[in-house]
Amino acid sequence: MGVLENKFQDNVIVASLDKLLGWARSTSPWYFQFGLACCAIEMMASAASRHDLERIGMMPRSSPRQADVMIVAGTVTMKMALRVKKLYEQMADPKYVISMGSCATSGGPYWQHGYHVLKGVDLVVPVDVYVPGCPPRPEALIEGLLKLQEKIQTERPLTRKSA
Amino acid sequence: MTSAEIKAVLEHQFPAAMVENEDLTEKQVELKGNQWLEIATFIKNDPDLSFDQLECITGYDTGEDGPLQTRYNLHSMEHRHKIEVVISHNRENPNVASIEQLWRIGDWFERETYDMFGIVYEGHRDLRRILCPDDWEGWPLRKDYEGQETYHGIVVQKMKEEEGWE
Repeated sequence: MGVLENKFQDNVIVASLDKLLGWARSTSPWYFQFGLACCAIEMMASAASRHDLERIGMMPRSSPRQADVMIVAGTVTMKMALRVKKLYEQMADPKYVISMGSCATSGGPYWQHGYHVLKGVDLVVPVDVYVPGCPPRPEALIEGLLKLQEKIQTERPLTRKSA
Repeated sequence: MTSAEIKAVLEHQFPAAMVENEDLTEKQVELKGNQWLEIATFIKNDPDLSFDQLECITGYDTGEDGPLQTRYNLHSMEHRHKIEVVISHNRENPNVASIEQLWRIGDWFERETYDMFGIVYEGHRDLRRILCPDDWEGWPLRKDYEGQETYHGIVVQKMKEEEGWE
C-alpha cells in the first residue's frame, strides 16, 4: 500500500470497481410490482411493515423500465406467459427473475391437468432463484431475495468472460 | 310458486316446447331451443312468474353420445321462487337464441359458456372468448377436449407421456 497510504481523506473509498458495482447493484434491487395469484398476497405481506423489504433495499416499482428484479408471483397461464415475456424484455439490464412458488416454478397443482397453465416460467424467461412453497411464506421469499443479492454481489460485470 | 306450479304455467303457455327428461330433478325443466327467446321474454315479464334475475348460465356436457346443454338458473326477487331451465343442443352444431338483451348479465355468462363449450348464442352482440386467449383452439370443458401441443411456440403439455402418471 506504499503509494496509496495516507493519501485520502474520509470521503474516499478505495475498492475494485468490479466489486463495487456488484455491491451497489446487490443492495438496491428494485422489484417489479405485479402479482398473478395468491403468491402475490405473500409478496405484499413481505413488502408491508412486518417483514419490510425496504430493509434490504427492495422497493416496488410499477414500471418495467425502473425495475431490476421481476418476482413472478403466482400461476402463469398461457395467456399471461406472452405478457410476462414481453414485460421481461422491457426491463433494462441488468435484470433478474425470481420464480416464486410452485406454480411459477413447475405449474404446481396444475402440472398434469392444467391445459392452460405454463409448466414453469423458465420456459419463457431465464430464472435466477426459485423459491419453493405454495405459497412461500414471506421469510422464504426474503431468503430467496438474499440468495439473489449474494448472486449479484459475486458477479463481475467488467471482467471479460473467458470462453 | 312451487316448481310444479311454474312448470304447469309453462306447459299451459308453450305445450310444444316441453321435453320429458327423467334425469332432471323436480326443480329443473327441459325445454326445446327453438322457442327459447319467446319463452324467456314471457317468464321474465309475466306478473305471476316474474323471473327478473338470471343467476347463472352453465354449460354441461353429458358425454360422448349425449347432447351439450345450457342451463339457466332463474330467480324471482318478487316471488322468491326459482327454476332451472335446461336446453339441449346437438354436438355438431350447438346453437340457441341469445337472451343477452333480456337479462344484461347474460352477456358475460354466454361468452363464458361459448368459450368453454363452443355453444353459439345467436343474436349475441359481442360473442368472443372471455377467459381463454382469442387464438385458443378447441373448447376446454367438453369431455372430448384434447389440449393443444404448443401455444405460440411454448410447449403446453411438458411431460404428457412421462411414465408413472396414473
